[in-house]
Amino acid sequence: MTESVIDIVSWMCLVAGGLFGIVGGIGVLRLPDFFTRLHGAGLTDTLCAALILLGLMLQAGLTLTTVKLILILVFLFFTSPTATHALAKAALHGKLKPVLAAKESKRSNI
Amino acid sequence: MVHAISLALVSFALWLLLSGHYVPLLIGLGALSALLVVTIALRMDVVDREGHPIHLSPKALLYWPWLGWEIVKANLDVARRILDPRLPISPIVIRLKATQKSDLGRVIYANSITLTPGTVSIDIDGEHIEVHALTREAAQALRTGDMDRRVTRFEGDE
Repeated sequence: MTESVIDIVSWMCLVAGGLFGIVGGIGVLRLPDFFTRLHGAGLTDTLCAALILLGLMLQAGLTLTTVKLILILVFLFFTSPTATHALAKAALHGKLKPVLAAKESKRSNI
Repeated sequence: MVHAISLALVSFALWLLLSGHYVPLLIGLGALSALLVVTIALRMDVVDREGHPIHLSPKALLYWPWLGWEIVKANLDVARRILDPRLPISPIVIRLKATQKSDLGRVIYANSITLTPGTVSIDIDGEHIEVHALTREAAQALRTGDMDRRVTRFEGDE
């Protein structure tokens, strides 16, 4: 009984994580410029990765594998913002200007 | 000294957790490796409050859950906007003042901003962080300074 409940929750996490990965990918395609695309990629870095790892942890149970998965999550949450920042900074150095919304329009379609 | 001992213990614990083989030879090699790491780190002069911030550990248990929930909320918001056919975004670049006293505090703040989807810190100079936000609302939320105050509290007194 408990096992099937854990299995169901685990699969929900995996599927939700996968969905966030897909939405992140759609974001990278749909958003208009480099800097806004970083935000789309941010989805795959955070909730997508966290949900998939959480789903795997539930599959692994209380084992060393789960400890390793937690470590992967911790390292990911420390390194991915650093990588994103390095990308953004490199783009700025390359004189790439962010496309900004016009001041007065509340909803912009660039 | 406290930092060196803590670094040795953390490295050794990491070895034990990652190896999973508990025989004298491998545990001995693990202890040697941990000591080697500490020796190298000491020679590099990076074993201090910044390189190994143990003083933050208890407060991290308060800050991380809050940050985690912010990340979940921001994820849902950005995902909704990406899937919206009208693509309701309003990219904006703002300059924020970081009230943290140490470089470590500012790094934590800038990393927290980037970790929250919808906002990316693109530049730091001195006390100011330049942030690219996907929407005006996300920028406004940062302008209230809530995250800044929490990170400053998290950082504590240097």
